[in-house]
Amino acid sequence: MTQLPGLLDTEALRKDFPILDRVVHDGRKLVYLDNAATSQTPRQVLDVLSEYYEQHNANVHRGVHVLAEEATALYEGARDKVAEFINAPSRDEVIFTKNASESLNLVANMLGWADEPYRVDHETEIVITEMEHHSNIVPWQLLAQRTGAKLKWFGLTDDGRLDLSNIDEIITEKTKIVSFVLVSNILGTLNPVEAIVRRAQEVGALVCIDASQAAPHMPMDVQSLQADFVAFTGHKMCGPTGIGVLWGRQELLEDLPPFLGGGEMIETVSMHSSTYAPAPHKFEAGTPPISQAIGLGAAIDYLNSIGMDKILAHEHALTEYAVKRLGEVPDLRIIGPTTAEDRGAAISFTLGDIHPHDVGQVLDEQGIAVRVGHHCARPVCLRYGIPATTRASFYLYSTPAEIDALVDGLEHVRNFFG
Amino acid sequence: MKLDSMYQEVILDHYKNPHGRGLRDGDAEVHHVNPTCGDEITLRVKYDGTKIEDVSYEGQGCSISQASASVLNELLVGKELADAQKIQETFLELMQSKGKIEPDDAMEEVLEDAVAFAGVSKYPARVKCALLSWMAWKDATAQVLGGADAERKTA
Repeated sequence: MTQLPGLLDTEALRKDFPILDRVVHDGRKLVYLDNAATSQTPRQVLDVLSEYYEQHNANVHRGVHVLAEEATALYEGARDKVAEFINAPSRDEVIFTKNASESLNLVANMLGWADEPYRVDHETEIVITEMEHHSNIVPWQLLAQRTGAKLKWFGLTDDGRLDLSNIDEIITEKTKIVSFVLVSNILGTLNPVEAIVRRAQEVGALVCIDASQAAPHMPMDVQSLQADFVAFTGHKMCGPTGIGVLWGRQELLEDLPPFLGGGEMIETVSMHSSTYAPAPHKFEAGTPPISQAIGLGAAIDYLNSIGMDKILAHEHALTEYAVKRLGEVPDLRIIGPTTAEDRGAAISFTLGDIHPHDVGQVLDEQGIAVRVGHHCARPVCLRYGIPATTRASFYLYSTPAEIDALVDGLEHVRNFFG
Repeated sequence: MKLDSMYQEVILDHYKNPHGRGLRDGDAEVHHVNPTCGDEITLRVKYDGTKIEDVSYEGQGCSISQASASVLNELLVGKELADAQKIQETFLELMQSKGKIEPDDAMEEVLEDAVAFAGVSKYPARVKCALLSWMAWKDATAQVLGGADAERKTA
């Protein structure tokens, strides 16, 4: 078996993930390489979820009974865990949403309805990049259409990185918000936060970072990122679906208006008007995803028990090995950085003229789960003149043997369509 | 192997040597996409009265969607509209069967090469690939005939 420096003890870790023992298609061992789409859930998180429903289930912030108090303590405890995980200065800066898309839409809507100096209107500009997931494109397109603001973006270099050569023309005095992805879900690129943040701060623009593909894989520190908002989702980091996070700087959350109205987010309500609860509750209308938030808290405990720096090292070693092995496959073209430097553990590629759908289907028959398509980042496919890609993405339980299986599987694909 | 039930030799042949590919003169043109995977097709139909004179197309996509467009061209060009509609409906029925229809002789007579797609119907994610060009054809035909049931998308 291939031994690489920096690898985690996956043999032990994989025991935490019952699903990884599954066999598919007549006895094929599952090789799960679709972690950028969603990660698998360890038993530790599953146990917390069942225990919550078996012992503590109640609505939060409402009842005076025992279960309500326990559920509230668990839910708010999860907020503490998230705050610590991302080194937030205050737990009140952590807003629970249903996913990263909702987090990003929330920021766009806060700014659309805000007063000066935050208000996005027809005299202002919004900046994104060409490598964004649709969830960090469409909310801004909607905001631009509704307010008349101008939407601008950074283009990409041929090797899959942001082209910042014209940064001073893209981010200008008119820019109100710069929203970009920390690690691209399709290219794997890790973006240079500092250069962008510095320019945004120069012109007084806010910065929003989509950390959906970063928070699960590396230590996160919202203070060192120096962003104003950071969005990510629970299900890509061993948590359940239905829970996302928006972190925002406290003074912004105090100043900016709520988006969704309803229970939980108010202070007082009369038939004429209402006043709002302080953040984060101001942005959490209605019954929140309680068990999901608690599940995310358990996922964070799990990740911390391994260590985010160790997970990063593990995935870096795997990525290094994967780009090397994939480079040996004839006709394979990596879309994105071709080395493991400044990149995450999601690797997109094309295989000659064979359509990714067909690649994915033949891999699936061998038990290998990858993602095929445009990965909700169609502009990237357009930029590189390809209809779609096949993407393999790794996580803390992925192994070199699984990368070998992928490479063998691709050989089989080539023979099949050869 | 199960995969062979999807990738029948007939399908791979059509994929590698497509019939009637390329855009030619037409009475109507439609562009359909499969948003989940990015398959695209631009398709034109040309009618001589109620007879299909040509179905031309250009697109990008997986072997299933491309082969299906080729089979469509082979089957429908030269047919009377009513016959073509029957073929389209039969193909749709087969593709929506979730692998439960074993094509009999009667079906095979109607569908000819298109029966090879029976195996695809077992793969829900790929049924849309197989139907992409057929839905585009139906839409284009409805536009030519000014039909009210024009479907803009295959989604």
